[in-house]
Amino acid sequence: MIVGIAFLLIAALTIAGAVAAAVLRNLVHCALSLTVTFAGLALLYLQLDAQFAGFAQILVYIGAVAILVVFAILLTRGAGIPEYRGFSSGWLLGLVIAAATFALLAWAVIKSLPAQVATGAAPAATVQSIGAALMSSYVLPLEIVAVLLTVALIGAVIVAMPESTTPQSKAEDGGGR
Amino acid sequence: MSLTAKLDQIFVLLQHWISGFFPLWLQPAVGTILAVIAIVATFPGIFAVTTVLERKGLGRMQNRLGPNRVGPLGLLQPVADGIKSLTKEDIVPASADAVVHFLAPVVLVAAIFLGFAVLPVGRNMVLMNMDAGLLFFFAIGASTELSIFMAGWSSRNKYSLLGAMRAVAQMISYEVPLLLSSVVAVMMTGSLSTVKIVEAQSGFTGIFPHWYVFTPWGFAGFVLFVIAALAETNRSPFDLPEGESELVAGYFTEYSGFKFALFFLGEYLGMLSIAGFGITLFLGGWGAPFSFLGFVPSWGWFFVKLFGAIAFFIWLRGTLPRLRQDQLMNFAWKFMLPMTLLNLLVAGAWRFLGEGWSRWVVCSAVLLLAYVLLGRVLMRKQNLGPRSYRYAD
Amino acid sequence: MTPLAAFLIVAALVFAIGLAISLTRRNAILVLIGIELMLNAANLNLIAFWRFGPHAGHSDGLTGMMFAIFSIAVAAAEAAVGLGLVIAYHRHSKTTDLDAMTRMKG
Repeated sequence: MIVGIAFLLIAALTIAGAVAAAVLRNLVHCALSLTVTFAGLALLYLQLDAQFAGFAQILVYIGAVAILVVFAILLTRGAGIPEYRGFSSGWLLGLVIAAATFALLAWAVIKSLPAQVATGAAPAATVQSIGAALMSSYVLPLEIVAVLLTVALIGAVIVAMPESTTPQSKAEDGGGR
Repeated sequence: MSLTAKLDQIFVLLQHWISGFFPLWLQPAVGTILAVIAIVATFPGIFAVTTVLERKGLGRMQNRLGPNRVGPLGLLQPVADGIKSLTKEDIVPASADAVVHFLAPVVLVAAIFLGFAVLPVGRNMVLMNMDAGLLFFFAIGASTELSIFMAGWSSRNKYSLLGAMRAVAQMISYEVPLLLSSVVAVMMTGSLSTVKIVEAQSGFTGIFPHWYVFTPWGFAGFVLFVIAALAETNRSPFDLPEGESELVAGYFTEYSGFKFALFFLGEYLGMLSIAGFGITLFLGGWGAPFSFLGFVPSWGWFFVKLFGAIAFFIWLRGTLPRLRQDQLMNFAWKFMLPMTLLNLLVAGAWRFLGEGWSRWVVCSAVLLLAYVLLGRVLMRKQNLGPRSYRYAD
Repeated sequence: MTPLAAFLIVAALVFAIGLAISLTRRNAILVLIGIELMLNAANLNLIAFWRFGPHAGHSDGLTGMMFAIFSIAVAAAEAAVGLGLVIAYHRHSKTTDLDAMTRMKG
């Protein structure tokens, strides 16, 4: 086998987690199987010698995005009551579209690849070289991502913040005086 | 090799000797398995000693004897605790989510054991010398938050869920100062590898070591790291999520028997591993404190420092009152985050001011001034008068 | 099948499952989960091509890795904003059911 047994196990874990996230009824279970998928993907990155990306995936996705999803599920009261009808009315069409997409992508991969692959040694991606690249060639994307994260943070807080004054309380204050 | 060098490397030599009995293609795997067995045997052993030290230490601080029935001076108490937790009935609530309830302590302990893989216990004694070792440790620490949430949610208990939400909010808030305060040590070393960070602190000027804690930015970073580490492991004075007087036992209320012991083990092992990382980053890892004490083996110094850190944590637990949730969050975001960012700036200034006494004065002055000003500004609104007492009639 | 093809097919499968989640489930949060899966599949593609592809580009051949790291950061920001929107909508109309969000219809 050109692809090893470790790759097969990790890929099976990832896909199982993704399928579980698609099928399960309880929302928190879906979020937890999403976490399993993230972990499987991080292991795949580690297998591809991308250490920094793998650990950043664990730190950002499992440590932050998964917790964000779980908190959102709790705040929107989706945790206790299982969905009475978890799938929307047009689910068959959605499934067909997803299957067609996968078929197209897999056909493209299998048909086009054998001529181009360079399976040599891994390129050197030490943290030092990533840091140097971030500060020299990629400094503009870095600054733009910094601004983007700040804007997203402030925007998310403003969107999700409860409104502090309602028109009713103002009218009561005016009428009671 | 001389005798002190042999003693220093005794575990490495033992590992090579044992793996020498196996064929060549199996030797790396055997070496790794031996190191894993050593970690799994040592750190839970230290955990057992820590539990008895904590109970007796807290007892003495509270003017009472700790446990003193089992064994001489009560030192075999962990054995009794282990037997008790193994033989207690494992109660799972009927409405609890059985799969998630079972998996939560497993995920916690597995994640925490993974964190020990990049801890350099002695010279050449690290399980995996990864290029991004420190990032690995913090990533694994971030995954423990999810297991706490799983424990709290799956119990279907208001108190557990409340404790879990508080714990996760606290851990997320303090993760940012934890990472930023350790970035200072990474910046001055130039590498994320824990082995390189310890090696960068292993020089001596005269008899004094080059530990990072003896520099202004290192001292500030160390203090901030210790505070954030206490909060990350839900340790007093940040133990509101498991506050016994308010939430019964917080997120592990519904756990009994061996699963409770696993949570306990996970929490204490987390404390040990983060104390080990504080020692690695700021206190010179396995280095000796004075140059003439270099004959003591490196792993000996590491464990001495680890026990010192544990004693300090126990001392803090017995002394400081618990912080309320909003005080905790204010402290993290309004005090620690600006201080860690300023610390980064000061460390950069340290590097570029060049050698000499001027950089000591400038850096210390900036940090002290910031600390005093920030403290004054944040405490402005609290009208704290002199202490008053109310006596029961 | 070369290793690159194997990784790309796994990524395509995860992408298709994410697309299926976004298109078939009723809850708005699950749609966001599907979007996160799609972004992750794209990241896996990027890193697989970085590892197995030619490195003739500038900046020492780190382009794929850099792209993936920035993609992780942007995806986290987008998850935060999306979930904030779902929470705000829930506060207004007490539901996260997508089939019931039909106020702008017709």
